[in-house]
Amino acid sequence: MTIDWTAFTPWSALAGGLLIGLASALFVLGNGRIAGIAGIVGSPLRALLAGASLAPERTRLLFIGGLLVAPWLWTQVAPLPPVRVDVGWLALVAAGLLVGVGVRMGNGCTSGHGVCGLSRFSLRSLANVLAFMGAGFATVYVIRHLI
Amino acid sequence: MNAVFALTAGIVFGIGLIAAGMTDPAKVKAFLDLAGAWDPSLALVMGSAIGVGVFAFAAARRRTHAWAGERMELPSSNRVDSRLLLGGVLFGTGWGIGGFCPGPALVAASSGAVPGLVFVAAMLVGMAAYDRLLAPGRLAAGRLA
Repeated sequence: MTIDWTAFTPWSALAGGLLIGLASALFVLGNGRIAGIAGIVGSPLRALLAGASLAPERTRLLFIGGLLVAPWLWTQVAPLPPVRVDVGWLALVAAGLLVGVGVRMGNGCTSGHGVCGLSRFSLRSLANVLAFMGAGFATVYVIRHLI
Repeated sequence: MNAVFALTAGIVFGIGLIAAGMTDPAKVKAFLDLAGAWDPSLALVMGSAIGVGVFAFAAARRRTHAWAGERMELPSSNRVDSRLLLGGVLFGTGWGIGGFCPGPALVAASSGAVPGLVFVAAMLVGMAAYDRLLAPGRLAAGRLA
């Protein structure tokens, strides 16, 4: 393992993580909910497809609204960082499908199981985090170093 | 107040993702590439978010109602089953291929980045497909656990 010190951005990483933690803190203490994006998106999507009322989804929809507004607020102050994708469109679609199915099946993602679950010392979340981190490391290894 | 808290939480969460560098798939994949030129930044993102989260959830556990008055909705399950693990593996595989996880993908899509839009569209299809075809009780053949 070689650490790429030129790419390492410790201060912005710590600051970004701090904001993510504060946002999760506000959502759980203020709204009583877990700031897990998979659930926050999946729950209204399920209601929408089932033709059910979106009224119970109001809190989640507002959170999503805030998330979608964030890059627009950011551009008022600074240019957005680049979105650099190094795979083709088919691979990107496959990745999206895998992530969509995976986070619904596992009931959470990097935010819900990762940040919130580990903060709650949840064994269930730890198991899921180990599974997705392991698969993430393995996948990049296979793509970059084996094929 | 409920609306104010939820909207603010979403905004701060999104700003945090951008600041952390998570909306750039190349940055995420540099973290996942242990055998290459490894960028450990995202470990610090996770670490500092959890550093705050530990205190927040310790406080949340002692409450029955949130500041806005709603009942606390904290998960109670501690069940580790094949569904939880396989879901994690599928998610991690997609994360490793594209470099996007759900939150950063939504932010990237909203900023107008075409790869973000394509990824989010596929992700929503994946979520809906799971709920329709594979979720427990939907289809016997889809049962895993």
